[in-house]
Amino acid sequence: MRLSPFARQRNPASQLALPPDGRRPVGRAGTKLRLAMRIALLPAIAAMGWPAAAQQQWQPLAKDGLRDPAGPAVNVLQQPGEALSRLAPDSAGNQVRWVKALEQGQINPRSNLKAETKVQYYDKDMLLNLKGGMPVVRFSHGIHTKWLDCSNCHEHLFKKQAAATKISMFLILQGEQCGVCHGAVAFPLTECSRCHNTKRADALMDLERDAQEKGIAPPAPGTLPTAAVAPTTRPAPAEFGK
Amino acid sequence: MSHGRTRADRRYRWLSAAVVALAATIAPRPAPAEYGDVVLNRFAEKEGMRPVVFPHWFHRIRFRCKVCHFELGFKMRAGSNEVKMNDIIEGRFCGMCHDGETAWSVENCDLCHSGKAGLPPGIFGGHETLGPGRW
Repeated sequence: MRLSPFARQRNPASQLALPPDGRRPVGRAGTKLRLAMRIALLPAIAAMGWPAAAQQQWQPLAKDGLRDPAGPAVNVLQQPGEALSRLAPDSAGNQVRWVKALEQGQINPRSNLKAETKVQYYDKDMLLNLKGGMPVVRFSHGIHTKWLDCSNCHEHLFKKQAAATKISMFLILQGEQCGVCHGAVAFPLTECSRCHNTKRADALMDLERDAQEKGIAPPAPGTLPTAAVAPTTRPAPAEFGK
Repeated sequence: MSHGRTRADRRYRWLSAAVVALAATIAPRPAPAEYGDVVLNRFAEKEGMRPVVFPHWFHRIRFRCKVCHFELGFKMRAGSNEVKMNDIIEGRFCGMCHDGETAWSVENCDLCHSGKAGLPPGIFGGHETLGPGRW
């Protein structure tokens, strides 16, 4: 019987070049092999970053790979570390929990430049991906409209009507839909559970309870929409209640 | 057969070592640029200026996204805005704030035009998912 390379890979003894009885490979060939494997692994480890480097750190502007270190800007502009180390920490993106920093008043960014600009706020949560395999996405309009205007997403990226736009992880990973921001400036797409944050059973129970309170029949299992307005929602932040 | 060191065994070992080495070489390194840094260089270098580096992190501490992406009319997709120096001088785009009152004025060329020569325009410091950099 001929084993496929993949079958071989799954055989730990073969993969680690260990003899089946568990002894380490002996002789010159074994030493050479182990050395080669270690050398080959070094750049991989370096690319992943040493565990100690997992803590927050920001490149100084002169070493950010973009700024000309010979130019005057690197000596004048604010350094990312100086500004960002004071804000709610994160492990991804800018290593800042931007929403937390905003909610806790660590930053107070302006909402408008012109006095006449109407600053829009909308607080309904949406339940998305009700039929998918991953946990349901509880999308907070409240959090998003703190930063953004309705027109930044509607109607060109998403229709306002629930379930009218087919949201696709494939498109998102290509930088479309949510991926226009998430993966570029908002927290990256490695943080699955920040969006896929709600157990399906909880989301469905929420919808069912709401239907009961309203005296309407809950959607039958076969007719479940992919997205729905969540019956409960995050309270509007105080600044918008005025 | 399974106990012997066949030629095929050795070949697979060297092959797997080579695969690991190759993966390490092409694996994404931690991007030194800050997440969300945008390089504008469709016109700058042709006009004899350094490319512009726009740091999102700096601006979002001071302004919500909607200020630039709604009031000022910057489209969200990197590369979809044709920002010319004339617009800025006349108070559009960056010029809405970079007027010497809210932020430094256009005379401080080198503070925005601060990039290394030859940088391609696009969004940097981002994730291996590419984000909106596909343009």
